[in-house]
Amino acid sequence: MAKIVGALGVTHVPYIGRAIAHNLQQDPYWKPFFDGFPAAHEWLAKVRPDVAVVIYNDHGLNFFLDKQPTFAVGAAPEYRNADEGWGIPTLPPYQGDPELSWHIIESLVGEEFDIVSCQEMVVDHAFTLPLELFWPGQHPCPVRTVPVCINTVQHPLPTAARCFKLGQAIGRAVESWDEDARVVVIGTGGLSHQLDGQRAGFINKRFDLLFLEKLINDPLWVTRYSIMDLVELTGTQGIELLNWLAARGALLGDVEKVHSNYHIPISNTASGLLVMEGV
Amino acid sequence: MNSGKQKREIPGTTVFDGEAARKGYALNKMCYSFNSAENRAEFLKDQDAYCTKFGLNDQQREAVRSLNVLKMIEAGGNAYYLAKLGGIFGLDMQDIGAQQTGMTKDEFKAKLVEAGRR
Repeated sequence: MAKIVGALGVTHVPYIGRAIAHNLQQDPYWKPFFDGFPAAHEWLAKVRPDVAVVIYNDHGLNFFLDKQPTFAVGAAPEYRNADEGWGIPTLPPYQGDPELSWHIIESLVGEEFDIVSCQEMVVDHAFTLPLELFWPGQHPCPVRTVPVCINTVQHPLPTAARCFKLGQAIGRAVESWDEDARVVVIGTGGLSHQLDGQRAGFINKRFDLLFLEKLINDPLWVTRYSIMDLVELTGTQGIELLNWLAARGALLGDVEKVHSNYHIPISNTASGLLVMEGV
Repeated sequence: MNSGKQKREIPGTTVFDGEAARKGYALNKMCYSFNSAENRAEFLKDQDAYCTKFGLNDQQREAVRSLNVLKMIEAGGNAYYLAKLGGIFGLDMQDIGAQQTGMTKDEFKAKLVEAGRR
């Protein structure tokens, strides 16, 4: 049977793509961010995942507002990155795992999550950059992938409770997969940031640090907040923390923190990194 | 629960909901087209004609012409899509943030750094 080796949360700011392309990892601006990753790399070398389920939000590359699914699951043999319009380099394709994708789709729909399945899907920076950060310079990326896209763009958004339950259902799906595979679940985006409006530049360090702590031992704490509460507390784009919450949900038993990093700012964003595994 | 009629206000914040999505559809659709380099070039060649092609209303055209991000948001623009337009003019997120908050770019960046110290 497949096994979930742990979960990761990580920021996906597009600007990171440029920093990687220009080898700025040791630049004073970027160092506090990139210095968080060697510990994650060591953990990945230890747990050796074969597959990554990447829970992220699309920013207008695969989905436009003509059709905006609340939850979408990729089921393609390969996922390509493409021009996103803001000048970050386009990255090489990522290998899919259609067997696991369809198993997850079957299982989720069986559990009454009426997801959209995508046999063709382009993936944006929210999918590609986390993989570049966790497996730097490795092309092709050494894990097969399953993209899971949550709508954090056009309200109404799924509630925090719903996203957590989706994560739990993904966890059950993976653990019931009849293949000897090691799976890591990655939630991307956040932490607090707001790009738009007079409140642009809003960051909430206190909330972020509490979120990082609660995600380990008391993830249901997040679900006490409405989407509007979370927008107020974390910013219009900080709401991407829903992706982290879903990834945490996939760890079905008790969880412990392996490693975390938090740094302000990367672009307009409070950047976060969290490595979690089952006890 | 928030119905469409009774919206919760968050100061300085426009939530991109159904109302904004309807209002901003043409503008966001134009910005979505900027995923293609060919379209970006066509826009730069004749911005007005390009706005017409996507059916932008007067408010949206004016916001695009003046490159005023707050006005674009008022006209239904979504941050992720507007960033694609900003990118054409070499504006990064600190430029866009500074413009919306009435700060210089350096002041805006200092504000972000300060948020990390608190």
